[in-house]
Amino acid sequence: MIEIQNLNVYIKDNHILKNVNVTLPEKQITCIIGPSGCGKSTLLRTLNRLIDTTEEVRLEGRIMVDGQDSLGHDAEVTELRRKIGLVSQRPCPLPMSIFDNVAYGCRINKMFKKRRELIYHVRQNLRAVGLLDEIKGRIRTPAARLSIGQQQRLCLARSLAVQPAYILADEATSALDPISAKTVEDLFVKLKEEYSIIMVTHTLRQALRIADNVVFMYLGEIIESGPAEQVFHHPQHELTQKYLAGAFS
Amino acid sequence: MKISNSKKIHENIAIIFMWGAMLIVFGLVISVIWTVFSKGMKAMSWEMVSSLPGGGFYIGKEGGFLNAIVGSLYIVGASTLLGLLISIPVVFFLNIYLKKGSKLAYAARMAFDVLFGVPSIVYGAFGFTIMIFFGLRTSLLGGIIVITLLIIPIFIRTMDEVTRNFPRDILDASFSLGATRWETLKVVLRQIAPGIATATLLSIGRAIGDAASVMFTAGYTDSIPTSLSQPAATLPLAVFFQLQSPIPEVVDRAYAAALVLTVIVLILSISGRFITNKFSKNKI
Amino acid sequence: MLVLTLFSVLFVAVMFVGLYLKSAPVLEGKSVWTLLTASEWRPMKGEFGFFPFITGTLWATMVAILLALPVSLLTAIYLTEYAKPVVKKFVFPALDILAGLPSVIYGVWGVLVIVPWISQRVAPHFVEFSTGYTVMAAGIVLGVMVIPLLVSLFIEIFSSVPKELREASLSLGATRWQTTRRVVLRQTLPGIMASTVLAISRAMGETIAVLMVCGCVIGVPHGLLDACYPLPALIANNYGEMLSMPLYESALMFAALILFVVVLIFNLLSRMVLYRIEKKNA
Repeated sequence: MIEIQNLNVYIKDNHILKNVNVTLPEKQITCIIGPSGCGKSTLLRTLNRLIDTTEEVRLEGRIMVDGQDSLGHDAEVTELRRKIGLVSQRPCPLPMSIFDNVAYGCRINKMFKKRRELIYHVRQNLRAVGLLDEIKGRIRTPAARLSIGQQQRLCLARSLAVQPAYILADEATSALDPISAKTVEDLFVKLKEEYSIIMVTHTLRQALRIADNVVFMYLGEIIESGPAEQVFHHPQHELTQKYLAGAFS
Repeated sequence: MKISNSKKIHENIAIIFMWGAMLIVFGLVISVIWTVFSKGMKAMSWEMVSSLPGGGFYIGKEGGFLNAIVGSLYIVGASTLLGLLISIPVVFFLNIYLKKGSKLAYAARMAFDVLFGVPSIVYGAFGFTIMIFFGLRTSLLGGIIVITLLIIPIFIRTMDEVTRNFPRDILDASFSLGATRWETLKVVLRQIAPGIATATLLSIGRAIGDAASVMFTAGYTDSIPTSLSQPAATLPLAVFFQLQSPIPEVVDRAYAAALVLTVIVLILSISGRFITNKFSKNKI
Repeated sequence: MLVLTLFSVLFVAVMFVGLYLKSAPVLEGKSVWTLLTASEWRPMKGEFGFFPFITGTLWATMVAILLALPVSLLTAIYLTEYAKPVVKKFVFPALDILAGLPSVIYGVWGVLVIVPWISQRVAPHFVEFSTGYTVMAAGIVLGVMVIPLLVSLFIEIFSSVPKELREASLSLGATRWQTTRRVVLRQTLPGIMASTVLAISRAMGETIAVLMVCGCVIGVPHGLLDACYPLPALIANNYGEMLSMPLYESALMFAALILFVVVLIFNLLSRMVLYRIEKKNA
């Protein structure tokens, strides 16, 4: 479970996230929605501390991941990032073969001693995203040669291979064609049995289809959050109502 | 936990090495500058930079190396002017008249990059053969020509880099507002002015410090040249020749000349950075 | 403008032809191969063997690159992957200064600092006596001179690696160093090699600084503590006397031609690689 407590994020002099308090439940899909520029991506990048790579950033508050503060001084950032996988908007295969892409995280984290185990594990994860059969015999070819939809699933497999507990998805289907997008979306639904998934999306329809929980953000603040049913059908806040009615877009 | 520890150790070792590398770089800068300053200050005096070599200058008697300073200034000034006159049209041609992806532009850029890489001693040797071919002796003119050739690639490469990022929309905007070609040219010039300034400083730096090419072409003399056909002394050569002297006083004067040269180059480099900082952030 | 541009392009060819014509006399007598591999250098007798000078050039260049490469690589990695803006504010001007200092200043520094250091501190451990004017001194001075060039080229190619690639690696739990080693360096390997070739060609042509510290003894160097006599030094040292003998002049022009051709080829190759990287990046 991830509990965000009084989170404030400043980049240079801009107050990007304002006093964010929210709990992201386990083994469910939580969709973060809101107009672009509202801080959705920043929130996601704060969760796995990728935000550290931004210059002149300041974080305040606490993010409890399984009871440990991931913003604390003693937080193991690399371990945190292993535990919280990220699938970005545009698939980004590493400059190596399909196999090495999936094996990358395992090697980085020295997960296996025996090569046989590594091979088995890589194939397992490729199967989980439905790529194994599609790429038969091409597993040693450069990942960049895959179609963009396949690349996105490869990135998902790559994240799964390091055995995370959480998966962050930053508009993971928006760069894909409709069919690939559907495949990836279905994968997420399947994966929620084992993983807690936090998704940023700005297609409301997608959120409606798959979200168990919804967090609505506006201008760096969380306006409303709760079970999808409640937020979508009985929004409490006026802004949420307007957004759902399409007043912003 | 164990794995993240070993990761951390590797990370820290890597960082220590990187700090080591940067300390080396800093150490080198400090070592070079300090060496030149501490040695050069000893023989440094007003006489050194304000008078010509006297009768017994090369056995340690009175005089200075004004000849080299003035010679260097003549050569650098003239070749910078010539270089600018030649390179600005070329840069305009490459960027404004030729379309993006033009073969000629590719070839030209390649040629300038190659010319930039050609060692100055080869320029010197080549310039020397040309001069002999035309029956010229070592002279101010020869030095100016060779240095001009040497710095043109620097001029063009540096200005080209700035101009290439120049938004062509501005041209269209300017034309569509009814501006003439000449007025548009002025707009462009204003845009790339900092580029020209940086390029000029870089070229001057290279021109004033280059010894290998002027050795062949400008020669060396104790007097200030009064015409283009007379040989001219230059600062780097003043350092080089005096350093070979067995007389300590003369060697000290080499250090003084080195100090003058270093100070000039430092000023150029600092002002260059000042200009680059003003218009672009992460370029070296 | 077209004429000026064309002329500049043609200038490369003109230079080659000029140097070739000048070196023709010495080429008439012997084949290129003989000239390059012979070790006898007796201008008075018309014997011109370039082997000692070529090996001298290679030795000094090799030492220079071996020293400069790790330092430049680590510095560039730190500056692109780790450094806060404050650090950059100090390091960039330092590199600027290194890049701007004239060759002759490095020569002075070499004579005052490196040469005595080698002769007093290093050499006594290995040989009985050394003046310090050695391959090692030439290599160190050259190495220092190519560091700024290498660092600026490296920074440019490292910056061409998309941020997303680094983030992909980081979000799998990789440290910065792991990311650098396994992703950034891997991705930029062609660029790193091209830059190194460029630096090699720069080091090969460097004249005055090397001339001042290399020892200028004709002979094939066999180790770091032997004196050497690289090609540029040969040309610069003999420019005065060569006029008296046409064949001697021709031999020196041939030395310039060798330098020109090698530098030309190296530059063409590495620039082509770097252009491609730049294009992909744009």
